[in-house]
Amino acid sequence: MTQVRVLAGTRKGAFVLTSDGKRDKWSVSGPHFGGWEVYHMKGSPADPDRLYASQNTGWFGQLIQRSDDGGATWQPVGNDFGYAGGDPGTHLWYDGTQRPWEFKRIWHLEPSPDDPDTVYAGGEDAALYKSADGGLTWTELTGLRVQPSAPGWQPGAGGLCLHTIILQKSRMFVAISAAGTFRSDDAGETWRPVNRGLHSEGIPDEDAEVGHCVHHVEAHPSRPDTLFMQKHWDVMRSDDGGLSWTEVSGNLPTDFGFPIGVHAHEPDTIYVVPITSDSLHYPPDGRLRVWRSRSGGNEWEELSAGLPERDCYVNVYRDAMAVDTLDSCGVYFGTTGGQVYASADSGDSWAPIVRDLPAVLSVEVQVLS
Amino acid sequence: MTSPGASPGAAPGTQVRVVLPAHLRNLAGVHGEVLVRLSVPVLTQRAVLDAIESRFPMLGGTIRDRQTGKRRAFIRFYACEQDLSNEPPDAPLPDAVAAAIVAGTEPFLVVGAMAGG
Repeated sequence: MTQVRVLAGTRKGAFVLTSDGKRDKWSVSGPHFGGWEVYHMKGSPADPDRLYASQNTGWFGQLIQRSDDGGATWQPVGNDFGYAGGDPGTHLWYDGTQRPWEFKRIWHLEPSPDDPDTVYAGGEDAALYKSADGGLTWTELTGLRVQPSAPGWQPGAGGLCLHTIILQKSRMFVAISAAGTFRSDDAGETWRPVNRGLHSEGIPDEDAEVGHCVHHVEAHPSRPDTLFMQKHWDVMRSDDGGLSWTEVSGNLPTDFGFPIGVHAHEPDTIYVVPITSDSLHYPPDGRLRVWRSRSGGNEWEELSAGLPERDCYVNVYRDAMAVDTLDSCGVYFGTTGGQVYASADSGDSWAPIVRDLPAVLSVEVQVLS
Repeated sequence: MTSPGASPGAAPGTQVRVVLPAHLRNLAGVHGEVLVRLSVPVLTQRAVLDAIESRFPMLGGTIRDRQTGKRRAFIRFYACEQDLSNEPPDAPLPDAVAAAIVAGTEPFLVVGAMAGG
């Protein structure tokens, strides 16, 4: 029997939400790691019962947890996230001075599609790590941080975080706030910025190679050259593997937001959650809406059925949207108000799975057969 | 006979009582106080923390930073009603404190700093 498992990382622990393929009745387990921030939790495509979770607090630092039984039990694995090579060098700080790289937390975990023991981790201050032993040990892929533009990377208000990792065999993409998107064609050995076409308010240089506050990037597996980006402002699209970007915000009510999702079976169907502005992190007019484009951007439709019509002032974070792979694609997102919403019909209608979790930081979904 | 610089009564193998904060007890899978075994004859912060991490490897990096070895900012150390947090990690603990810990009459406390709001 088909089972759907939603992994929700929150400000105060991790939750595992399960349903059958109808996706109308859900059970909730958790909190796992109660009281700790869980920035991200994701399962291995090669072994769905292998889960990884990033667990952190300001008191006790960073831990990585691993489950080998689908989230029923967990064990802490390696948490030694140093910067390779001794002196890590410096990056640009808020006040314009240079500041040494300092590890703070792991924002995103990306398991390999082929090997359950191989997983990548995106850190703050920006660094990319790889483990090939199920998270026991981690090695920094230094080619990213020694990329020539790195001393000019400056954190956004949320920190200099590496929050997006896309694996396409030997080609990889990562995104860093507020540096931009970077591409490797040699499995992470060397990197180059791929931000041509991005324009960011406050950056006088129209052709700035870095300095863009990318919030999230997604790609459909069947179209690796097509990338969709929710930037600080602007929804963007690339059809040449990031070499150039064009804006596809179209008729969105606001093009500020954090997550972006791609339909599992329709590579031109994408989802965003418009947020009022960079200073008002809640939906316009207090109405929570998902907007869907079936044309890869520019033409958007408002999805409202089942979503709050009034007095809703939550945010949806960058890693808090996911899609499942069932025939009728499911779409999920979590809010800072603790709701996790699910749609079993590609976004046409929505219902909350849970309403009162701690603020949701991340949402991932697995389909188990 | 006590070796030069050694803490009174301390010897490698001596067990001392440690109180961990709730989150670290959960992480280590223990309840209440724990006993950890010293590997050196001088009772210092580092000796106690090394003993904690030796018995509970999953606590590595949670009390002191993995890279710098320094106490994490929101962690404090106490014993015998004294705040030992800012003592140099390799300084012998005060004789009276060390004697009480070694004798088992007082625990070494690892405390998470209070948070407001």
